[in-house]
This record gives sequence, structure tokens and C-alpha cells, in this order.
Amino acid sequence: MTLFQSLRGSMKSNAVSRPPRYSAAGLLVKGVKQESWPRVWRDVPLKKSYDVVIVGGGVHGLATAYYLAANHGITNVAIVDKSYLGSGGSGRNTAIVRSNYLTPEGVAFYDRSLELYNSMAVDLNINVMFSERGHMTLAHTDSALRTMHWRAEVNKLQNIDSSVIDPAEVKKLAPSLDTSSDPRYPILGALYHPPGGTIRHDAVVWGYARAADHLGVEMHQKAEVLDILVEGGDGPDGKGSGGRVTGVRTNRGDISAPIVVNCTAGWATLISDMAGVKLPISTRPLQAAVTEPVKVFLPTVVVSGSLHVYVSQTDRGELVFGASVDPFNTYSVRGSLEFTEELAGHVLELMPGISRMRLLRQWAGLCDMTPDYSPVMGFTPVEGFFCDVGWGTYGFKAGPVSGEQMAECIATQQTPKLIEPFKLSRFSTGELVGEKGAAAVGH
Amino acid sequence: MLLVPCPHCGPRNASDLSYKGESHARPDPNSATAEEWRSYLYMEDNPAGWLRETWYCRSGCRRFFVLERDTATNEFRNPPVPGAKLGGKA
Ligand SMILES: Cc1cc2nc3c(=O)[nH]c(=O)nc-3n(C[C@H](O)[C@H](O)[C@H](O)COP(=O)(O)OP(=O)(O)OC[C@H]3O[C@@H](n4cnc5c(N)ncnc54)[C@H](O)[C@@H]3O)c2cc1C
Ligand SMILES: [Zn+2]
Repeated sequence: MTLFQSLRGSMKSNAVSRPPRYSAAGLLVKGVKQESWPRVWRDVPLKKSYDVVIVGGGVHGLATAYYLAANHGITNVAIVDKSYLGSGGSGRNTAIVRSNYLTPEGVAFYDRSLELYNSMAVDLNINVMFSERGHMTLAHTDSALRTMHWRAEVNKLQNIDSSVIDPAEVKKLAPSLDTSSDPRYPILGALYHPPGGTIRHDAVVWGYARAADHLGVEMHQKAEVLDILVEGGDGPDGKGSGGRVTGVRTNRGDISAPIVVNCTAGWATLISDMAGVKLPISTRPLQAAVTEPVKVFLPTVVVSGSLHVYVSQTDRGELVFGASVDPFNTYSVRGSLEFTEELAGHVLELMPGISRMRLLRQWAGLCDMTPDYSPVMGFTPVEGFFCDVGWGTYGFKAGPVSGEQMAECIATQQTPKLIEPFKLSRFSTGELVGEKGAAAVGH
Repeated sequence: MLLVPCPHCGPRNASDLSYKGESHARPDPNSATAEEWRSYLYMEDNPAGWLRETWYCRSGCRRFFVLERDTATNEFRNPPVPGAKLGGKA
């Protein structure tokens, strides 16, 4: 029994046992023999029918497929993505995970995700570089401080490690922050959440893809869904409410399937329109930027809602910055100078010491924003057509729990308790789950 | 970023304006059912293409107006020209 297996045995996990794949010795042997590593997942021809077709190969689609196979034995599953796996938000996010949300529903949900992230390296046999470095949300106004207290109390009731700290403690945790009363918006305190941190997003995508592939799931890249096939609906074309899904039309031909899952985040409306299902979603780009690498000096994730900025330092030493979404709806992912200018101004308010650092890159990804900053998950008025969308700027951290719960929803044909609050019908009954106070900037 | 053609001020940087979202006819609050009202409040067309949307010229003329923009390319259709209205034609 290897060390790895004994380690696995001691942790609760639901994956099949596999030996470690990459090792220093393996690297040496391959280097000497001039061999390359084998393909990580298969490239197989697209079949004519599947039990489940998942549209979108981001962390949500991949996790859903993985848990369908691992937890429910449903393996005749295809993921189709119009581009490459992780080409959407899943490969563009700033990799922050945390569970200190505002509503009890949100807290329970995101906490389960952190739990799954905690055992992921072992479950999927991949180093996801989980850095549990702590997450700090700064308050610069009395009202922000009040929201922090509110969140801390909601969190504590659910056993989440989360508390309000004063400027002196903020300074101790992140000495580079200006905690004096000089800035225009001085730091009055912060919500501190030690279990939050960062995880390597690509590794999560690749880990789920590889593990799903092992269990028989097929991944088809450059397979674009052009239409969703629906029969018997009350729309003029047989789509919409009361109808049932029969498959999808792709640029590589039609596929029949009794279950189709929409995991397309920023493109979610376009896919659900094809099934005749209306969504409360608007598509907005979110931009991020990264600096040149320097020595490590920032040990936690720092978020400032009032200044619309957040920052963390990567293992390589680069500072990664993000902000709030762009100010208008668009499907274009062009970066803007306004973003960089505004970002730089705000970051320097927080950390005057980094004014000579240079930005290396900036980029944008599409976000599927909902009115209440909570997702839309589960059944739709079209039978067999499921949604796992509305992930806005906070969907990376929710990948594992969403996959797990969506898989259960599909396999049992019942909405699991954890995602019951996020059903689409809440927008006609008015039972919104308002998370703006905890999700608008803090991702 | 984006130059927004304000019908009163001419092209202005989008950061001078505030985006108010999709422009839809408001149902009559007296006769609309709760569901119709919520659908008006929350549901979005969100097309990747032409969209009628409301802008507010926050730092300029401080007026609301509707424009048509292609959300895939960010191009405006028939951008209004300031002063053209004075001639009697929109
Ligand atoms: C800059 C940035 C920073 C972020 N930071 C964070 C963060 O710190 N923490 C956090 O939790 N979240 C963060 N997010 C949000 C997070 O990245 C997303 O919510 C999440 O990745 C969504 O994953 P997904 O799998 O649902 O969708 P995506 O990863 O976007 O995948 C959707 C996929 O659908 C495919 N697709 C679209 N249309 C079609 C079609 N017609 N046919 C086939 N395939 C199609 C696309 O190619 C894409 O691969 C951030 C987002 C951005 C842009
Ligand atoms: Zn104006």
C-alpha cells in the first residue's frame, strides 16, 4: 500500500483508487528517453445518442459529468464545448474560494463546496494547489462594517470561521495595507475568513476532465450546440413550457438525449433560448489583471467592496487584481483602459507601496449575472432540460458542490435540499436569495 | 472603452453615463398580475445581437434615452445626432 493510498483511506472520498500519475522519477525517465506524457483524456468520435448531454465544458459541466459517473453510475454522458475545455470563466477567474456568504442558504451551499475542494487533491489525484491563506473583506464605511457584522453572525451560526477584526489586526495580517486615517476611504475593519483562499483553476478543470474520462464520460471540444431539440412545448415551434427535450443539434450533427444540461455561464441565455426557456440573466464581462512577479509580501486575499477591487498574490509572486463587472451588458471580452486606470487608482489607495509595479496582462471573461446574485439551478419548464447557470462572478468556488448537486438532481429527478432555494421559479414567486452584499465584488 | 452617442451631448465615454439595462414596455401596475410584474422586473432577453437599452447621461445632460446596440460588436445602430431633432426630424 502506497503512502498515497493510505492517505486516501483516511479521508472520505468517492473516487476510484489510482496511483500517482506524475512524479520526479517519472519526469527524469521521460526526460532521458525523450518521451512525452500520454494524452490525459481520450479523443473519441461523437456518438449519435447519449443518456445525458452537457453543454459547456467549464468546471460546472465537468463536475456535473464527474459526479453523475462517480456517485450515480451514469456514464453514457457527453460534454460538448464550442471551444476548448476551460475556455470560459473556468480558465479566466481569479481562483478565490470562500464560504462567508450573507444568506443561510448561500453559506450552507458554498461551505459544502469548500469541503469538496478540501479533499479534491486526493479525490481526483491532482495537485490543485489549494492555498488556505485566509480571505479578508475590508470595510471603509459604517454601513459596510454593519454588513460585515451581519455576515459574521450568519456565518457563525453555521459554524463558519468568520469574524470582524479591527484595523490593527488587519495591519498584522497584511502589513502592506495602509490602515492609517490618511486615505480618502480609511479602513475601519474587516470581515476575516481564515478558511478562504485560492486554488489553481486549470488544475480543477483538468482534474475533473481526467477523472470523468476515466469513468467513461466523453469530452468533445470544438463541438458547438446550434439548437436544442424540444417536442410538445406550448411555443409555436414546439419549444418552451410543457415540452420535452429530445437532443441537441451541433456543428457535428444531431445527438439524441433525454437529458440536456445547460452549463454555459455567460452564454446561458443563448442556449436556454434554443429550448424556449427564459432566464433572468444578463451577460457582463469581468476583467482581471496581473503584475510582474515580486517576492511574497501579501499573505491573504484582500477584498474591498467600497473600492471595487480585490487582490491576492500567486505562488509565483504576481499580484492578481479583479474588480466589479463592466458597466454594461456585452458578449465582447475586450479589455478597457478605464478598467486599468480605475483599478490602479483604487489599489494604490490600499497599498501605496506598490506604485512602481508594472502590470503584465489584463483579460476578461463573460459572467452570467442574476438579479439576486444567486445561481439558477435544477429543473426548467421543459422536461429533461436542466440549468446550472447564473454563476456571475462567483461560480468557480461553487463548481464542486454544483456538480454534486446537479448530478443528484438529474439522477434522482428530485431537487436536492441544498439547491432548492436556487430554482428558476423563484423569479415568478418572488423568493429571491439576495447575495449582493456578499458577492458583488468579493467573488 | 465605448463611445455612447448621447442624443443631446454627442458621443461621450461610457463612464460618463450609467447603464440602465434592457428597455421594455412597463406593464400597467394596476392590472398586471404578480407574475407579469416579476417577469418585467427580472427576466432578460440578453441577446448576442441588437438590443434596445436605456442609458442615463449621468455626467452630462442628465437625461434618459433609448439606444440600439449590437451586444456582440458594441456598434450602435442609427446613432442620434445632437441638434437633428431641432430640425423637426428625429
Ligand atoms: C475575471 C474573472 C474572475 C473571476 N473570479 C472568480 C473567483 O475569484 N472566484 C469564483 O468563485 N468565481 C470567479 N469568477 C467566476 C467564475 O469564473 C465562473 O462563474 C465559472 O467559471 C463558471 O463556470 P462554468 O463552468 O459555469 O462556465 P464557463 O467556464 O464559462 O464555461 C462555459 C462553457 O460553455 C461553452 N459554450 C458556450 N456556448 C456554447 C455552445 N453554443 N455550444 C457548446 N459550448 C458552448 C463555452 O465555450 C465555455 O467553455 C470569475 C470570472 C471572471 C471572468
Ligand atoms: Zn448627454
